[in-house]
Amino acid sequence: MDIKAYIVLALILFTIGVTGVLIRRNAIIIFMCIELMLNAVNLLLVAFSKMHAMSAVAKASPTFASDAQIFVFFIMVVAAAEVTVGLSIIMLLYRNTRSVDVNFLNRLKY
Amino acid sequence: MELTTILFLILSLISIGSAVMMLMSRNPVYSVLWLILLFFTISAHYLMLNAQFLAVVNIIVYAGAIMVLFLFVVMLMNLNADTEPMKNYRLQLVGVIAGGSLLLILVSAVMKIENNQPVMLMVGDYGLIKVLGKTLFQKFVLPFEISSILFLSAIIGAMVIAKRDTPSQITKGETEKRSS
Repeated sequence: MDIKAYIVLALILFTIGVTGVLIRRNAIIIFMCIELMLNAVNLLLVAFSKMHAMSAVAKASPTFASDAQIFVFFIMVVAAAEVTVGLSIIMLLYRNTRSVDVNFLNRLKY
Repeated sequence: MELTTILFLILSLISIGSAVMMLMSRNPVYSVLWLILLFFTISAHYLMLNAQFLAVVNIIVYAGAIMVLFLFVVMLMNLNADTEPMKNYRLQLVGVIAGGSLLLILVSAVMKIENNQPVMLMVGDYGLIKVLGKTLFQKFVLPFEISSILFLSAIIGAMVIAKRDTPSQITKGETEKRSS
């Protein structure tokens, strides 16, 4: 497999996420699109680590490819922490407005 | 065509299709389910890229924990297809055009790359828990410990934000309930 195939796949997934943020108005769907973008970037990072795993730099240091996967691991950690806070903010929004439409939020207050 | 190429194409088609279906479905519960399918295909991609531990973590953390949290919130709010108000078709068209042109620019930039290195699939053992664990606990101990502080602050933040009322309001509500 060429690296370009993985780049194009990750770009398509990322762009679908961007388009979702632009066209949907449900706050939960927008949040899920952000998760989709994070996952596209994760996939790209893993593909790049695999691409460089056979290079000369990787031969010099044995943990070269695992380092890149630790990166992805920490992105997942931050995403999990982000989801809890974000969903609680959405819950707060729903409790105050009885809706999850982001168009209600155009004044930064409810 | 090699087997890995066919596998890659099938997985990519499923993941792109489920991402599009996630956007198109009106019911948020269906969107969550399509996103779970997408995460499973991305885990399969990780398996092909020798990231076995990441594949398992992706299923457990994303499909298992985060998406269940999403489903829980969606069901708690009792959202269904009619909740989202009538959308503006022209704005949606503008959004799709903007996203499509972003994709066009990025892909055309990527296609200019001369250095097209192959990704050797299914070779090597650096994605195993043994190797990753050694890296994580030797080289990246400090970030690992800091991420625990991040989780602690996330827990406290979520509880503070999602708390129902301030104590004075709760007592006020109770007295109103008693009087009525």
